[in-house]
Amino acid sequence: MSPNDSGYIKKDLPDNIFKAGSLLLVVGLVLGISGFLVDSYRASFAYLVSFIFFLSIVVGSLFLVALEYAANADWSTPFRRVSEFLAAGLPLLLIFAIPLMFNTGSLFQWSHADYIHSDKMLEAKSAYLNTPFFMIRVFAIIIIWILFYTFIIRNSRKQDESGNQLLTKRNIILSVIFIPVFAITVTLVAVDWIMSLESKWFSTIFGVYLFAGVALSALAALTLVSIKLKEKGFLHPAIKEDHYYSLGTLMFAFTAFWGYIAFSQYMLIWYGNLPEETFWFMQRWEGGWKIISILLIVTHFIVPFFYLLSYESKTNPKKLKFISIWILCVHFLDLYWLIMPSMSKNDHAYSLNWIDFVFPLVFIGVILMVFQKVSEKINLVPVGDPKLKRGLDFHL
Amino acid sequence: MADNNLYCVSALFDTPDKIINAARKTTEAGYKKFDVNTPYPVHGMDKAMGMGQSKIGYITLFFGLSGAVFIFLFMWWTFASNYNIVVGGKPFLSAPAFIPITFETTVLFAAISTFVGMIAVFFKLPHNSHPLHDTEYMKAVSGDKFGLVIEADDEQFERNKVTEFLKSLGAFQVADVYLPEKETYKLFTSGFVIFLIILAIVTSAATYITLNKLMYVVPFSWMEVQPKLNAQEESDIFTDGKGMRPPVDGTVARGELPYPFYGQTNPPEVLSNPTVPTKKILELGKRKFLTFCSPCHGNFAQGESRLNGQFPTGPTLVSGKIINYPDGMIYHIITNGQNVMPSYMHQINREERWAIVDYVRVLQRAQNPSQSDIQEVKKESSSNVTK
Repeated sequence: MSPNDSGYIKKDLPDNIFKAGSLLLVVGLVLGISGFLVDSYRASFAYLVSFIFFLSIVVGSLFLVALEYAANADWSTPFRRVSEFLAAGLPLLLIFAIPLMFNTGSLFQWSHADYIHSDKMLEAKSAYLNTPFFMIRVFAIIIIWILFYTFIIRNSRKQDESGNQLLTKRNIILSVIFIPVFAITVTLVAVDWIMSLESKWFSTIFGVYLFAGVALSALAALTLVSIKLKEKGFLHPAIKEDHYYSLGTLMFAFTAFWGYIAFSQYMLIWYGNLPEETFWFMQRWEGGWKIISILLIVTHFIVPFFYLLSYESKTNPKKLKFISIWILCVHFLDLYWLIMPSMSKNDHAYSLNWIDFVFPLVFIGVILMVFQKVSEKINLVPVGDPKLKRGLDFHL
Repeated sequence: MADNNLYCVSALFDTPDKIINAARKTTEAGYKKFDVNTPYPVHGMDKAMGMGQSKIGYITLFFGLSGAVFIFLFMWWTFASNYNIVVGGKPFLSAPAFIPITFETTVLFAAISTFVGMIAVFFKLPHNSHPLHDTEYMKAVSGDKFGLVIEADDEQFERNKVTEFLKSLGAFQVADVYLPEKETYKLFTSGFVIFLIILAIVTSAATYITLNKLMYVVPFSWMEVQPKLNAQEESDIFTDGKGMRPPVDGTVARGELPYPFYGQTNPPEVLSNPTVPTKKILELGKRKFLTFCSPCHGNFAQGESRLNGQFPTGPTLVSGKIINYPDGMIYHIITNGQNVMPSYMHQINREERWAIVDYVRVLQRAQNPSQSDIQEVKKESSSNVTK
């Protein structure tokens, strides 16, 4: 099939997206910098939450692209570009990681030598948990992701003009390599950024837990943006409810998967009842955190699970949009629940603060700006992809 | 509707595209009772046939939730209500431990109910067959052909029109399918009954041979040959040649205290009764006394027992001599034994022995009442009478 007869007509996204994005970015930056000036300790934790949220969406989107190639799925080809564009912010991780590098002292107890030497266990861990090695890991992981992103996306874009099927083959090989790399790197991110906030705590399932959230939030972002674009007529007109149904089903599956993993982690620690593991959950079960823990179970599992259970809600664009926004919000709540209690461990009186909620503005702004910029030159539908026609003809 | 026995008119097609098209046209032509048979699921067929969402999901949901509720209540009943079991020091009703089983049972109930529900709906139980079974049509659509049938009880059904219509859709073969002569539930045919009988015989024989012959053969041997020592067996491992090991010196059983005065004639005076003669203790003492002591000493401790004459007569326990014994002495005799009376240390535990002592005191007082005791009893009985 030649690129021109797919039925897709490229339309430029309105500039408002870029403008709204830059407005959010500027407001977020101003508030964020003042947050750092007011309370740099708190701000660094709040920034970390939003940083991981951003990371979830960009890396998760790259994972979805790789997943489509690896599984040879055709139904998702018509909106693969949406995931690609969402992943386009990935190189910016290099910049966004820098503020955290300057705040490792606030974030990580293990970065203090005197604290390490107070405990044999921490001394044994210090071969892994030390600042230089930590920085090497962070940047190495981000660079590996950027390399995969660059190669996979370049092949995908080249195909728009040439329609060369070999490019799909190459991307399949790249994706099959990327997925195990992604599994390992995401585990390392979970261990380094979140688990090591409590230097003594450990949970072997933690990487999978973060992965569940990452995949779910990337799916929610994909669903939300695809439906928005489809409604405004920027995507291929042949996308229909069968496609929406598949997106909804995947979100439903990952909601159940997240619940499964979260419960597995909780149950093993609860059953083992070892003080060196249980304290992490105890922290999240005292004071106001108890409310947030219960809220997380209800909003992250029970509500989306029953909401997405019916056929109707998986095919209705309005309902899907609602639940995508919901899932993105609860993913933020999940990260907040994972990270923030470590900040308040010294003083149990915890209260919400405006600083916690300013950094998402920065990252949402960046995602919007990048999306708009990339879409100026690139088609929103992979018109040269050999799977596109089958994808558009997709029936349940 | 010329022929009452006509079930449907069937048509065969070559490709999935043709069958989708045919199904769409048939829907558009207004036929309601028609069906499509394909060798594999053809995507988009539901819509082409004008079918709505299947209702089977509600069966799945209902039974899935029932499974969850049922098994949770069942676990609550077994673990936390009817027979409390401590597992891992957790509370009896510990929901996290119940959730995996609740989850599995939800899935099980949902899956089985979906399957059974589908069979029931499609086969219209108790039918175990379908008029299309055993037809050339069914053979074709089980291979590489795609079939469509329009049933004779459709409102618009007219045999010639339908045949023409199906031919116009591009069917390469159109044929009538007739109902079987007589509706029979063919489940218990003679062949099947014979099969059941043979199955029963084979199963019984196999069970019999397994349990009575096979399991005695080495290496099964009913798992009797094991590298372990049975109770009372000899063993070369230990120098004393005994397989059973005595407990380590100084071992004390749970809830027991060692009796340090074993073998002495008289206990020291420090041995005093730790119990308070409450009703509960006295009832315990009475029960134990009747079990262990009364065969020789008699039900009322007067030495008039049912074993009199067959066995050395037990002495009375209500004589002045015993009344004047301290509690510790009676306890010591029960524990240690005296003359022909053996030690009851291992049959009766410590608390029960003291309870017996208390009960013996009751018997003594009842048979040698003081003046005040008699007045007390009189008062009580007269007050009972006035009531």
